[in-house]
Amino acid sequence: MAELMRTAERSYNPFTILERVMPKLVVAPSFVAMLIFIYGFILWTVYISMSKSTFLPNYDFVGLVQYVRLWKIDRWYVACKNLLLYGGLFIAFCTAIGLLLAIFLDQKIRLEGALRSIYLYPLSLSFVVTGTAWRWMLNPGLGLERLVREMGWQSFSFDWLVNSDMAIYTIVIAAVWQSTGFVMAMFLAGLRGIDNSIIKAAQVDGASLPRIYLKIVIPSLRPVFFGSFIILTHIAIKSFDLVVVLTRGGPGYSTDLPATFMYAYAFTRGRLALGAASATMMFMMVMAIIVPYLYSELRSKANG
Amino acid sequence: MDSTSTGTMSLPQMIGRASLYAILFLFALYFLAPLFIMVITSVKPMDEIRTGTLIALPKAPTLEPWLKAWGSATIGVANEGIKGFFMNSLRIAIPAVLISTLIGAVNGYVLSKWKFKGSDTFFAMLLMGCFIPFQVILLPMARTLGVLGLSGTVSGLVLVHTVYGLAFTTLFFRNFYVGIPDELVNAAKIDGAGFWRIFWKIMLPVSKPIFMVTIIWQTTQIWNDFLFGVCFSTGETQPVTVALNNLVNTSASVKEYNVDMAAAIIAALPTLFVYFAAGKYFVRGLTAGAVKG
Amino acid sequence: MASLVIDEVFKRFGSVEVLKGINICIEPGEFLVLVGPSGCGKSTLLNLIAGLDSISAGEIRIGDRVVNAIPPKDRDIAMVFQSYALYPNMTIRKNLSFGLETRKVPKAEIEQQIEKVAEILQIENLLDRKPSQLSGGQRQRVAMGRAIARDPLIFLFDEPLSNLDAKLRVEMRAEIKKLHKRLGTTIVYVTHDQIEAMTMADRIAIMKDGVVQQFDTPNGVYSNPSNLFVAGFIGSPSMNFIPVSFEQQERSLGVVLTNSKGQECFIPVNSDFVPGQRAVMGIRPENITDTNAGLGNRQQIVELESEVRVIEPTGPDTLVHVELNSTEVICRSCPEFAGDAGASMKLALDTSKILFFDEESGERLDGRLS
Ligand SMILES: Nc1ncnc2c1ncn2[C@@H]1O[C@H](COP(=O)(O)OP(=O)(O)OP(=O)(O)O)[C@@H](O)[C@H]1O
Ligand SMILES: [Mg+2]
Repeated sequence: MAELMRTAERSYNPFTILERVMPKLVVAPSFVAMLIFIYGFILWTVYISMSKSTFLPNYDFVGLVQYVRLWKIDRWYVACKNLLLYGGLFIAFCTAIGLLLAIFLDQKIRLEGALRSIYLYPLSLSFVVTGTAWRWMLNPGLGLERLVREMGWQSFSFDWLVNSDMAIYTIVIAAVWQSTGFVMAMFLAGLRGIDNSIIKAAQVDGASLPRIYLKIVIPSLRPVFFGSFIILTHIAIKSFDLVVVLTRGGPGYSTDLPATFMYAYAFTRGRLALGAASATMMFMMVMAIIVPYLYSELRSKANG
Repeated sequence: MDSTSTGTMSLPQMIGRASLYAILFLFALYFLAPLFIMVITSVKPMDEIRTGTLIALPKAPTLEPWLKAWGSATIGVANEGIKGFFMNSLRIAIPAVLISTLIGAVNGYVLSKWKFKGSDTFFAMLLMGCFIPFQVILLPMARTLGVLGLSGTVSGLVLVHTVYGLAFTTLFFRNFYVGIPDELVNAAKIDGAGFWRIFWKIMLPVSKPIFMVTIIWQTTQIWNDFLFGVCFSTGETQPVTVALNNLVNTSASVKEYNVDMAAAIIAALPTLFVYFAAGKYFVRGLTAGAVKG
Repeated sequence: MASLVIDEVFKRFGSVEVLKGINICIEPGEFLVLVGPSGCGKSTLLNLIAGLDSISAGEIRIGDRVVNAIPPKDRDIAMVFQSYALYPNMTIRKNLSFGLETRKVPKAEIEQQIEKVAEILQIENLLDRKPSQLSGGQRQRVAMGRAIARDPLIFLFDEPLSNLDAKLRVEMRAEIKKLHKRLGTTIVYVTHDQIEAMTMADRIAIMKDGVVQQFDTPNGVYSNPSNLFVAGFIGSPSMNFIPVSFEQQERSLGVVLTNSKGQECFIPVNSDFVPGQRAVMGIRPENITDTNAGLGNRQQIVELESEVRVIEPTGPDTLVHVELNSTEVICRSCPEFAGDAGASMKLALDTSKILFFDEESGERLDGRLS
């Protein structure tokens, strides 16, 4: 009886009901959009990658044939090798320079604010703009080469941009220029978060400054290393614009990355299934890095 | 470390200090050089470029390349410069930024203050949207835009940017609102306020910083986007980044580097402006959008 | 003013049971204090009363109305939070009027109400400031003002004084009590401070692990605690607990206390314990004191001698630590009669105040000494 009255009371006012479901109502569109545009589309892409599609989607299921084919294509192989090389160098340089700048900036530097903004501004630029600038500066003939020769080193030659063995390094140079500031900002935030009294205690114990940094400060930045590694990897795998502008993947396909490979196959060559297979491979690369990371993040958060 | 602030320094300390500054300034030069070179190149006439070096200051500065880049350079098939594409980017970025930010604000409000069964799962699933490489959704998206009749339109790009921006905007707002005490919301509930009244009267008035962060983040992301632009737009509806690439990567016989540089600066101006006007929020967005789960 | 009935209320968060069958019932206008250690579920219970959280099982009634399914705004309650939860973007005036505006009270009436509240709490000069421009004590007043302005059936307070310094806390304590006298509204007040509980309450509910250990008047919980937990929780310094076993000596049953030198002292008991039975004896510090204190009925006083371990002068009293049955025991003595550390001191123990508790369950064993 009491139960009955309570339910009656619960539903007496349509306004109250609306109020109760409002939060769900409000996020419902986003939820649906997420299901379709993220999860649905990922599944769709995976499905296309297992179909016979060429120019037009064709939903005949052929299993993993396209993946087998993908890994037999030299161009994809080169793209993956480039990603390893480019990604490795990109991450190493960004981390090393970023850490160095952060530590130096943390020494009660006058003008710290101005320097920080200078290091960071490339981040606000599009990779297309960055690519345009570096393409001009690395231009064989008019660019850096001419500058060095005019300064007296007549035999200097710098043709990386058009040299298929070296072109990938020009992409590293431009990408490092653009992203180092970001790593510096993360490290700087990390340094500022370190309890100052720990450093003071070490100084009282007589440790020298470099030793304090090596033994205490840098080890305690582990989470920042971890976080910036994840993000830089993510940036590297997604790299697309910079390659397109700087080298268009060339000479030949010597600077192709998975992202440009995917675009070429899916959008210009009309090999949808292969494009989808390469996209799926990229997705799996990112997941292989992100999922363990998010998992450990969430778990450490849950443990307080 | 503290010894630096006391006026007296030993010689090795002074040398150390000096090299510290030297290295920092060298790096500042390294980061500034490309911008400097872009600017001076953009005001040099072509013959100076052919004969001079990268860093030679212009002898006869001219605004010609800027005018040409803006209004009459050949991009694709038209000779109308970059201005139309610049406007396209505005038409894409403004609505996409506003819509994704507003939806993100409400989502973040629900996911922090009106949690329901499954809301945390929803949030975790949405986070995935921050990390997927967009290549994995390009093909279905192209097809969907075709079905919706939005292929190659500005509205199509607005839709794409809004949808894939939601993960970030929601993340930003949710993390910000988590920091606002629940007691405040409880007090308002007891005071008789409902879902929307609490949002308008209590949450929005304290949300200015996170709006700044989100709007700046979204503006930069959308303005600088190239991938969606190149995949989902054609000819006249392309955003400025795609147009810039077409200009730079043209196969025309004479390369006009000064025009390229002017166009690049024009394409970069809005985000550079945002960065220098509100750098604080920009950096906060970077480090917040970076990892936080 | 309304009565409040909490009837067999349970609260679970997922699989964790935080409240395990709470029963409390107070009359209109009473001042109820919920007290207990951190994490015992006080705030949770308060949130259930406010409607901020849903009840897993049981029933809450405000006045004659079952409020289980009624949202907070329709319960006609007001709440003061530990962090005050003042709306940071609004002036104090706006903070006070927000609830009234939401309820569509006419403007003139709101004005009047705010004037009245501001006068009661003496915050007239703060009305146009923002919360960030106020001191802790002023914020506390405004938070109360916001509750009063609404003129609700019940006030709910969640540790409203715990962010204030000690002096201010004592002042505000008295002020809240005065306010209660003046307004006569039913109050439910959460604290983990037993002194606040004792000084303010008409009724105290002492909670532990989601269970009400005792629901009684302040005097009741102090002098007649129902178990070891309550006895130890209320009172400062805490009640002494001495392990004892009952013995038959001559014709009477009693317990033996042994001091550090091995001297024994027999205390007769006249109720039905069994010889050999073990128990915990509870005695408050003020009931073991120096022999000059003039404790009431001489027949109930037992004198014993013990070596002083430590003395702690608090000003009005001196706390004397001695050892009985290998347990440290605190006695409250007059400063001038307290012995020095290491010396021997004669103590008077008021046997009428002795309580016994079960060793295992901690429950009160009945039968006082006579
Ligand atoms: N939303 C929740 N989900 C899970 N457990 C919760 C939740 N809220 C509270 N608890 C748990 O319920 C128990 C009681 O919490 P409550 O806040 O009521 O304690 P309290 O008595 O008010 O303590 P304090 O004096 O510290 O404020 C705690 O163990 C707490 O961890
Ligand atoms: Mg609490």
